[in-house]
Amino acid sequence: MLELKSVDAGYGSFHALFGVNLEVKAGEAVGVIGPNGAGKTTLMRVISGLIRPTKGSIAMQGTNVLTTPAHKIVELGIAHVPENRRLFPRLTVEDNLKMGAYMPAARARYAERLEFVFDLFPRMKERRHQLAGTMSGGEQQMCAIGRALMSDPKLLLLDEPSAGLAPVVVQQVFELVKRIRSGGLTVLIVEQNVQQVLQVVDRAYLLEAGSIRTSGSSAELLASDTIRQAYLGV
Amino acid sequence: MGSFLEIFDIYLLEAVLNGILLGGVLALLALGLNLIFGVIDVTWICYAELVMIGMYGMYYLVQYYGLSYYVAAPIAILLVAALGALLHFLVIAPLLSSPPINQLLATGGVLFVLQSFATVAFGIDFRNLGIRLPILTLGDMHLSYSRLLAFGAALIGMVVVYLFMTRTFTGTAIRAIAQDRQIMALMGVDAKKIYVVTSALGGALAGLAACLLVLQYDVHPFVGLSFGPITFLICVLGGLGNFVGGFVAAFLFAEIISLGGLFSDLEWGYVLAFAFFILMMFIRPAGLLARRS
Repeated sequence: MLELKSVDAGYGSFHALFGVNLEVKAGEAVGVIGPNGAGKTTLMRVISGLIRPTKGSIAMQGTNVLTTPAHKIVELGIAHVPENRRLFPRLTVEDNLKMGAYMPAARARYAERLEFVFDLFPRMKERRHQLAGTMSGGEQQMCAIGRALMSDPKLLLLDEPSAGLAPVVVQQVFELVKRIRSGGLTVLIVEQNVQQVLQVVDRAYLLEAGSIRTSGSSAELLASDTIRQAYLGV
Repeated sequence: MGSFLEIFDIYLLEAVLNGILLGGVLALLALGLNLIFGVIDVTWICYAELVMIGMYGMYYLVQYYGLSYYVAAPIAILLVAALGALLHFLVIAPLLSSPPINQLLATGGVLFVLQSFATVAFGIDFRNLGIRLPILTLGDMHLSYSRLLAFGAALIGMVVVYLFMTRTFTGTAIRAIAQDRQIMALMGVDAKKIYVVTSALGGALAGLAACLLVLQYDVHPFVGLSFGPITFLICVLGGLGNFVGGFVAAFLFAEIISLGGLFSDLEWGYVLAFAFFILMMFIRPAGLLARRS
């Protein structure tokens, strides 16, 4: 579904990604794990067009992402839940969801999509008229995921969905990701919470200092010595 | 003594009412400027000069082409809306990533360009529509229909903008972009398009204000100076980019001018209003309804 080939990217003179190859097949849940500053967020931003790579290619179902204007990438079926959620704090929950359905195809099915998201998150229905910035971190994460789902994407990009949340809430967020996947949605998730994310995804890539260090199925990675020592603390 | 108080109260009531009527138009002007600032993060120093061009548009459409006021008004509004979009294309868009001082100087330059253009093209004569609306007499009070009409139309204009901003996808995007510029592309929003729509909307509000002010004031190339500065003070007092703050500040200012004018000359009303502004800048520098951040 999504294919990155030898992607280099950075900010000005600072290089964040070096020759990254990555593939996500339809129906898969794929994780990208790695320490702070490894380039995980940059990787997500490159896929959704917020920054453009300096080298390499990105294709979504055969369409060249790099020649697609940034605001048209969501129409290819890629929805990005950014790091720190980035809700519009002084808009209501419903207006935030409305922004997720901005593209023409989603706009036409707004009522239907809204019902879908409210079914998934009954809490959001209760809070639809509340300002998004006044909700708890967990609720904001639900709203951010809901906003991304409003466009009826084929591929969901989740950037550190557990960051800054209480452990109980982190559990809930990962349960939610499981539920979303079981609906047939393809998911690419970036996490520092290695133990948790490997329970949810089929495969994962280990990103270190801007390069893919290793990759494998969740079971392989959980068993690998490198991962166990560096990230699981055993 | 009793009869003195009675007369005094009638004048006071009339001044309060006139203040409210003035406040409506000032609030409309402030809304346009706040909209541009809130969304694009640029201050159109030349905002009142767009109003001036709109007033000339009305003058020529009515006096020269013989159109009726109600036919001319929508044309003038569209004209100034197009001017707003053009201003964005030619001046603001190329400077979007420049320091704010450059943007201020550039729109300040547009102010002088428009004033000089009007002087050359239209001359320095004072012109008016030649429409004299009657005065409404309520007991001992006198309220002009042109002010009542201006107030009503300004209010309707603001309600229409409110509905547009809250009910439509584009309006919601305009509010959203002011809160988080960077992620708009993730929503599928083309920020450049939103900027043009906002500029046209800001221009349309200036156009509406022009249609209303031309009923009360003569047009000349420097007419923008009579309400440009006060619009800025209102926006700053309400907190730049804060729509509700601008609305409240407009009525506050209008009442100070109107009531100040009651006790002395109208000019003293302005002096009081500006003194109040300076005082408030010490007390609440971020605006009347500033959010605590």
